[in-house]
Amino acid sequence: MRRAFLNALAEIAERDPRVVLFTGDLGYLALEPFRDRFPDRFFNAGVAEQNMVGVATGLAEAGFIPFVYSIATFAALRPFEFVRNGPVLHRLPVRVIGMGMGFEYGPQGPTHHACEDVGVMRTLPGLTVVVPADHAQAAAALHATWNLDRPVYYSLGKDDRTTVAGLGARFGVGALQVLRPAQAGGAAIVAMGSIAAEAAAAADLLAAEGRPVGLAVLSTFNPAPIDDLARFLAPCAAAVTVEAHVVAGGLGAQVAEVIAEGGLPCRLRIHAVRRSPDGYSGSQAAMWRKHGLGRESLVASVRELLGARL
Amino acid sequence: MAISPTEIRRIVLEQARRANVGHIGSAMCIADILAVLYGETLRISSPGAPDRDRFVLSKGHAALALYAVLALRGFIDRAVLETYCGDDTTLAVHPETALPGVDFCSGSLGQGLSMACGAALAARMQSSERRVFCLISDAECNEGAIWEAAMFAAHHKLTNLTAIIDENGQQAFGLTKDVLEQANLADRWAAFGWDVTRVDGHDTRALAAALGPLGAGRPRAVVARTVLGKGVSFMEEGRAITQTHIAQNRVNWHYLPMSDAEYALALAELERQV
Repeated sequence: MRRAFLNALAEIAERDPRVVLFTGDLGYLALEPFRDRFPDRFFNAGVAEQNMVGVATGLAEAGFIPFVYSIATFAALRPFEFVRNGPVLHRLPVRVIGMGMGFEYGPQGPTHHACEDVGVMRTLPGLTVVVPADHAQAAAALHATWNLDRPVYYSLGKDDRTTVAGLGARFGVGALQVLRPAQAGGAAIVAMGSIAAEAAAAADLLAAEGRPVGLAVLSTFNPAPIDDLARFLAPCAAAVTVEAHVVAGGLGAQVAEVIAEGGLPCRLRIHAVRRSPDGYSGSQAAMWRKHGLGRESLVASVRELLGARL
Repeated sequence: MAISPTEIRRIVLEQARRANVGHIGSAMCIADILAVLYGETLRISSPGAPDRDRFVLSKGHAALALYAVLALRGFIDRAVLETYCGDDTTLAVHPETALPGVDFCSGSLGQGLSMACGAALAARMQSSERRVFCLISDAECNEGAIWEAAMFAAHHKLTNLTAIIDENGQQAFGLTKDVLEQANLADRWAAFGWDVTRVDGHDTRALAAALGPLGAGRPRAVVARTVLGKGVSFMEEGRAITQTHIAQNRVNWHYLPMSDAEYALALAELERQV
């Protein structure tokens, strides 16, 4: 997603001189093309994320569209109050880019695991949160949101190879992307972020054993696709959500709200991070398995939910 | 147009009494600085003019003094002052941009200077002559982000940026030297790469000179020595006249609201200064 997003950003910056990029001294071997192409609109703010967001707020007040870049934990969590009292309180178009969604920085350890960024950022109703599932959607999401009149948080991954089959480059603010419709009385999987590819793999496995499931990707909060979710889940007897994110403020919590508030007769199983870091890290795939987010866990949940119903 | 610091202080006392809120001492102590800024220094043709100078009141808890000076400049209607701290007001204790004349929201200490840096960088990128002034408190320098911003401004040679440090030596719970020692504050700013001037924060002529033409190459810090509650002796001394359960303490008037009797005394003392 990173290269796709930055390529799209460069295209936009070429057209619009208001676009400025700041980094908190991260993005080595990724941001250089932008820097070299737009040297007057690229700033390394140093390892100082709070100030970086404050500076971006000042620039936005003067009419710029500043993007600030760091690893997701440092971009979202360290300067959270600067985001809240800066672009959100001032209603200014600052864009915060958090890189390395979920466990993408697996072996780097828990300081680099971004399992709370979406939940934290979406507590701010004035901040649109965008969580692409693959690189094509990341580029589409940027093209759809870079010029919004309100601030945006992008939770991105670095993976520029994996694609979510059927997603294409579809994205809409406040829209749910339905890849496979749910069947009456059947199950559906809803995914957020790059782990959507794992959800698609689980859906394939289930289809192969004669249990076709619905599949959808949620990529925006504030607004969240409330109505789309309600429509998608309406025929379902069971829903399974998956995210490399804690339960609080995440995808599963959003789906639970929709089911509860809509009175949908749909069992829900939330696959999300439920434990604090325990001192052991590993690859993204290993961390997904450790937290029960892998395709096997999703398949097992669908089987169990549908089996229990029958 | 000349702005009278005493008029700012009178409005601060009136509205603080009417609304029965505190932060009076902090507002009183920046009255001279604001009078010079809005009377002489800032180039503001109208509050919405894109190329006006920007002002960031980073020590947002003193916003009542800002509201006073905005009214005295005619940027807001005097009647609007009467909504201070009321229901559905744009004049909260801490300032918001919904009120014409307020360039940036503040209230959480340590954030204003970063926004001021962005405003100054934006002016340079837009080849604008506008300048940026940011008023921060000495206690606010406890915040690490102030020093992030100080480094950023010096590194990027933001010569159109002035930080005024209101050095009243006090914070909520005591003297700054007792809460978190930051001796030689001016030297610290110099060490971070700023041109530093020290000035009596109640000497309007000295302030005007210190806030005059900008230098070259470095951002400017004006360390203004002030007295909390300036203009009302019992506030300066930290005495609560009628609130007898409050022991004398120099920091009292950071938070205390006034009784009617204290208001009358304070106002009478101001009148004698006219």
